[in-house]
Amino acid sequence: MTTSELTPPQAPMDAAEKTAQVGSGRRRLMGAGKQLHAGPLTYVVLAVFALVSLAPLLWTIVAASRTNQRLAETPPPLWIGGNLFKNLQSAWEEGGLGTAMVNSTIVAGTITVGTVLFSTLAGFAFAKLRFKFSNVLLLLTIGTMMIPPQLAVVPLYLWMSELGWSNQLQTVILPTLVSAFGTFFMRQYLIQALPGELIEAARVDGASSLRVVWHVVFPAARPAMAVLGLLTFVMAWNDFLWPIIALNQQNPTVQVALNSLGTGYVPDQAVIMAGALLGTLPLLIAFLLFGKQIVGGIMQGAIKG
Amino acid sequence: MTSSKQALARSATSADAAPGSQPGAARRADGRGTPPPGPGSWRSRLYRWDMKASPYAFVAPFFIFFGAFGLIPLLYTAWYSLHNVQLSNLDQQTWVGLDNYKNLMSSDFFWGALQNTFTIGVISTVPQLLMALGIAHLLNYKLRGSTVWRVVMLTPYATSVAAATLVFVLLYSWDGGMINWLLHFIGVDPVNWRESTWGSQFAVSSIVIWRWTGYNALIYLAAMQAIPADLYESASLDGAGRWQQFRHVTIPMLRPTILFTVVVSTIGATQLFGEPLLFGGVSGSKGGSEHQYQTLGLYMYDQGWIIGNLGKASAIAWTMFLILLIVAAINLLINRRLRKTQ
Repeated sequence: MTTSELTPPQAPMDAAEKTAQVGSGRRRLMGAGKQLHAGPLTYVVLAVFALVSLAPLLWTIVAASRTNQRLAETPPPLWIGGNLFKNLQSAWEEGGLGTAMVNSTIVAGTITVGTVLFSTLAGFAFAKLRFKFSNVLLLLTIGTMMIPPQLAVVPLYLWMSELGWSNQLQTVILPTLVSAFGTFFMRQYLIQALPGELIEAARVDGASSLRVVWHVVFPAARPAMAVLGLLTFVMAWNDFLWPIIALNQQNPTVQVALNSLGTGYVPDQAVIMAGALLGTLPLLIAFLLFGKQIVGGIMQGAIKG
Repeated sequence: MTSSKQALARSATSADAAPGSQPGAARRADGRGTPPPGPGSWRSRLYRWDMKASPYAFVAPFFIFFGAFGLIPLLYTAWYSLHNVQLSNLDQQTWVGLDNYKNLMSSDFFWGALQNTFTIGVISTVPQLLMALGIAHLLNYKLRGSTVWRVVMLTPYATSVAAATLVFVLLYSWDGGMINWLLHFIGVDPVNWRESTWGSQFAVSSIVIWRWTGYNALIYLAAMQAIPADLYESASLDGAGRWQQFRHVTIPMLRPTILFTVVVSTIGATQLFGEPLLFGGVSGSKGGSEHQYQTLGLYMYDQGWIIGNLGKASAIAWTMFLILLIVAAINLLINRRLRKTQ
């Protein structure tokens, strides 16, 4: 896992609600940047940044619709050409993106389900249950976020070779099936979102722990589970170091396939761009559908409670 | 590990017992649905036992997986780093003591990789966080379509690393590349982004900056929205202008968040791998023809899986870990200093 996707260790809070509060008490104070309406200059600067954020992606579509020769000419093409489907097909078949997309979906999907499930269970225990050593175990969990993935790959590679698991998907899935960040994220959410009375009430009815988890914890954790699921999927889809060591061309994930496509000795840039487009498409689709939730999730984790 | 092993043993039994502990069973036992029933009955004992054991069962999966795929490998990596382990002959592992580490310390490529990691880390982190602060400040105004702006700024984060890098490689290409073409418009000579040292380091950094600026801007924005409005009000009553408010209210209130993003970006920069690997194309693992953008992560991969010296790769991994710990300690010290001076 990468540590870059961490959110600060602070209690979550509804950012939108906060804005609403600020907005409702709005007074046009001189100099209070918070309550002020944005001036035209703000929009201009933001538009420039928005353009820079989107341009490389939009241009990927342009480049993927051209030919290799055209991409080597000056000036570079700025509008869509007629070769998009031909290049997508080449990337899908010869570039191995077809197999890779299926593999990455299996890998990222399984990792997402595992991470969300185990993080919710452990997060619930750390948030709401009293048990011996809970503080020590929680500190240990947070401490593991510091450990770089490079520290595990040599032994993992050697074990995998011994097991005869080279090139199989489970080798990529198993080491990333749990997440310290996810556990901490769920704990921070559940501290707030799960009233102790609910658990007590279920307990008084004589519900076993498993029933409490199923009927009380999971429903309360659902919004955070969705956000964690999305963040985990992006992270797993983008994982690079371990898959590139564990898998080869015959059975790649998307990142591994794109790596071999990009390091081909006779590169067809247009096909490479088509591959890049394919390889990032599922993430972009997820993002178009749930962008608002992802934004909310990142901001929620970031607020100091 | 022992506690989670016990927990696993317990969890297996508690899971088996759980179906038996349904309310129905309780009603059969004492005719009322009001557990916990009298002390000493098997059912109440089971219930108490479930209460005690279940927390361990819930945290067990995390610790079992982390132990098996994180902690044990970490120790094994230390063990391998003291051995000669070759990819071509995995069965022969001979003890060499600290040779791998000595070998590292006398290797120009190692020091080069350390320097590159540091340089690329600084030129990708500093501008990224400064821009993120600025964008967050702008997003904090009352905007039309504020959600759309936020989603757009976060789009690069949802782009696959490999895809983004391949696009940037093309944008930075020597002839016919978009960037050099745009530079030619403002009268700047084309830059060889792949071969020149500063050019390639800047290019690799720009990919990192492009992917993470929006993400960090959202984290700052969230923290800004949590600042109580009356702080700004009293500041403006004191006659503080907008810039002064930003300097004396916003920045101090954001300090913990800023420190956090610095730590996370630093960890990310230390492990930088995918971007330089793909940026280099055929000579990717070398980090360019002159190793000019070979980061520590690349160096480890190159030594371990291209050259095939897994013992040395293990030594590099542990050295990276030590560097991270030192950086973390320095961060803590700086933070303490800052708190004291406040």
